Amino acid sequence: MTYKSDNISPNNFEECIKCTICTAYCPVSAVNPSYPGPKQAGPDGERYRLKKPSFYDEALKYCLNCKRCEVACPSGVRVGDIIQSARIRYAKSKPSLRDRLLADTDFVGTLSSAFAPIVNPTLRTRPVKMLMHSVLGVDSHRQFPAYSRSRFTSWYRRHKQEQEKYPRQVAYFHGCYVEYNNPALGIDFVKIMNALGFGVRLLDKERCCGVAKIANGLIDKARHDAEINIESIRRAGCPVLTTSSTCTLTMREEYPHLLGIDNSDVRESIQLAVRFIFSLVDRGEATLVFRDDIHETIAYHTPCHMSRLGWAIYPVSLLKMAPGLTLRVLPQNCCGIAGTYGFKKENYNVSQQIGQQLFDSIAEFNPDSVATDCETCKWQIEMSTPYKVENPISILARMIDFEKTRLANS
Amino acid sequence: MTPSHNHNQVPFFDVIIIGGGATGAGTARDCALRGLKTLLVERFDFTAGATGRNHGLLHSGARYAVTDSESAAECIRENRILRRIARHCVEPTGGLFISLPEDGIEYQTKFIEACRNADIEAEAIDPALALKLEPSLNPRLIGAVTVPDGAVDPFRLTVANIIDARKNGASVRTYHEVTRLLIANGRVEGVELRDNHTGAISKYYANIVINAAGIWGHRIARMADVDVKMFPAKGALLIFGHRVNNVVINRCRKPADADILVPGDTISLIGTTSSRIPYDEIDSMDVTPEEVDVLLREGSQLAPSLAHTRILRAYAGVRPLVAADNDPSGRNISRGIVCLDHKKRDGLDGFITITGGKLMTYRLMAEEATNMACSKLGIDKPCTTAEQPLPGSESAQKDKKSDTRKHIISLSTDQKAAEDRHGTLSTEIKYESDEDEALVCECEHVSVGEVKYAIENLHVDNLINMRRRTRLGMGTCQGELCACRGAGLLHKAHGCTERALADLHSFINERWKGMKPVAWGESLVEGQFMAWLYGGVCGLADFANKDKTDQ
Repeated sequence: MTYKSDNISPNNFEECIKCTICTAYCPVSAVNPSYPGPKQAGPDGERYRLKKPSFYDEALKYCLNCKRCEVACPSGVRVGDIIQSARIRYAKSKPSLRDRLLADTDFVGTLSSAFAPIVNPTLRTRPVKMLMHSVLGVDSHRQFPAYSRSRFTSWYRRHKQEQEKYPRQVAYFHGCYVEYNNPALGIDFVKIMNALGFGVRLLDKERCCGVAKIANGLIDKARHDAEINIESIRRAGCPVLTTSSTCTLTMREEYPHLLGIDNSDVRESIQLAVRFIFSLVDRGEATLVFRDDIHETIAYHTPCHMSRLGWAIYPVSLLKMAPGLTLRVLPQNCCGIAGTYGFKKENYNVSQQIGQQLFDSIAEFNPDSVATDCETCKWQIEMSTPYKVENPISILARMIDFEKTRLANS
Repeated sequence: MTPSHNHNQVPFFDVIIIGGGATGAGTARDCALRGLKTLLVERFDFTAGATGRNHGLLHSGARYAVTDSESAAECIRENRILRRIARHCVEPTGGLFISLPEDGIEYQTKFIEACRNADIEAEAIDPALALKLEPSLNPRLIGAVTVPDGAVDPFRLTVANIIDARKNGASVRTYHEVTRLLIANGRVEGVELRDNHTGAISKYYANIVINAAGIWGHRIARMADVDVKMFPAKGALLIFGHRVNNVVINRCRKPADADILVPGDTISLIGTTSSRIPYDEIDSMDVTPEEVDVLLREGSQLAPSLAHTRILRAYAGVRPLVAADNDPSGRNISRGIVCLDHKKRDGLDGFITITGGKLMTYRLMAEEATNMACSKLGIDKPCTTAEQPLPGSESAQKDKKSDTRKHIISLSTDQKAAEDRHGTLSTEIKYESDEDEALVCECEHVSVGEVKYAIENLHVDNLINMRRRTRLGMGTCQGELCACRGAGLLHKAHGCTERALADLHSFINERWKGMKPVAWGESLVEGQFMAWLYGGVCGLADFANKDKTDQ
């Protein structure tokens, strides 16, 4: 007999036993009755779409692609991937100018950082915000992340030579956020890796990971960029580290599942810096020496994509090593922004409603600052609460004694 | 023609039809359209017999072209008629007859020629093109022929006939079982019925009684001491969790086991096996592990992915094969239509048996039986069922007043699904509140509004009836989420808690019966989960135990 007891279906949609836990965990279902929920939009809807593509429901655009459904699913159904694939295959509405602008982080970032002194204050003025709200549909409540005047790669070029001295090397996928908005995070990362005895290279060619393009339906562009990235990662021939949970999830999971790009040979080499560093320390291959003069209370927010990766343990364990830190892991709730989703005016209210539980839990704990591995969670929390949000790598950079760490690892 | 009783006191009809399958329903429609005062009786529910237990294949006739050219010609004629009159029950998917290396390509030439002789459009196409048309095909194929096969939903088809019969004045009684034929002076004068819900006995009289009970017609005939020798042939099928194929796939060889894969609504069906069974087994058929093995082994020759696709359930139906009158041994079996005038054949007046045939030819069978009834009654009215569309398949009327769907421009998915199921009649489903738009069955997108419509209009007494009218409980979870919701809505209609619980209990067991032969992988997990939900959370296990101690 050739039949198998394990069923095989795209994204495991037939493995669904209709327990509906995914819908209970869906942040959108909780606040937006127009959204059919992950079970309906995912495996249930898939059967009907296979019957007739006209059963595609435009309400699938309300999906945040947070992947909480996939984390909740006891049967391994890739609910979020089913929904995103359906949007890619069947959605009729074309991306608007706004969607294209929000999605093209490289293009907008390049322009904006060149004119950062003009762009940053302009984007903050009320008339510009109102204009973007009414003409483009970018919600006026939103604060665009400030663009940095100098880009991370400009800094890096000036320090490239010293990186080559290190015998051990890692590559860094910095992502758009570090490049255009927060080069300081990239610099923190390089300093830490150097102190641990690693030199940092950049990829031959790096493009945006594509998450925003996928979310906004610009699939061909996303696939084009993804192919360039995976080819560069292949050529790097060493671990490729990141500081953004979303870029990481996109390159590891969305490339094969949504864009049909085979990354199986390099998938394991793509990982978050916090995971790589924790593993080094855990295996006794590196030592972190912390300063004893800093005392802070920090709340860690687990980004949804970090949950999906199952990696929250790494930044949390790393930060807990710092004796001066009091760390609390917040209950896992979606912040609501989901990349470009929350920037769209039609989603603003839903976005804030979703985030409310998280904002409340931060206020209740009242930390000195919040740590999280996702830049868009950072924007959302900073816009919606008075707390400052940092990447765990930047916090680590503040907490460690670089001199002593360097000595310990040399 | 003077029956020996008073017409004013007892229910009297021109014709009583026994059997609520496609043939009975079609005959009731035809009789009613020709102005006969008609009563249809069915011991359980519509489509409870062979009508609801087949492939749902809209035969082009190609399958019979080589072996039985008469059946093939009948099929293609009815195929074209059904596409016209039953649009909402038919999906014109097209069909392919594929040749695998082990079949050889020789049969193909003979096959195409036979099809053309029977007026069936058959065209050989390049195997590569066939794979493009239907990517699930076995890539080893060496030949493919396109034919006008399709899918037909037997539940919808039967109910549409019932609705039209009623619209034209026919009376319909489900759960009324014939316990006796009333015979006097060498003629059948009526039937004695038992209400299978209450046990009440009643008598109905008619000029003519038509036995359209399919394989069970053998028993009905026995009540009149008439022999209609039938040989039940069991056919088992498997239902897959989703549409594996969008085009009907057949093997281009002499008809054999498990060589047809039909896409039907949200699922795909592989079938069938064929085995003679003793007559006393026709009411309790189980699918055996050997049958499941054959279906999967042969099925995955048509579409290899069947070997690892989730199977929802297995079921079996009975073909009513009729022995020729001069051959009581049954060696000379006919698959064609058999319409018997028992006056000519057995000297018993007022009694007609219509049997044999196939789902595809139900309308033609109805026409033949009605023609015979009309000629006995001296009525000269032509049959119009080949031209008049069934209710639900009329051309859409715009601005229908009863249409309460909110999103007329873009229907919600459950409204689209309802439109597929009820055709133009779906505009009669009321969406008057948010609750009406809520889903009862999530797998099959059945809304509260649709369930209410079925309860009010489509003879729904229990959950099994509801399933046949709406697809509730036919999806991936096999009733896990919707059975209790459906039972709740039925309870609202009849108000009896005990009845709702008993109904729920028997529905869940009926679902499990079909899941059991294929209970491995996810289907087993689903069954286990369902047992926890209904046994544990809903407390039905207690109900079942109580049931046992009561007995």
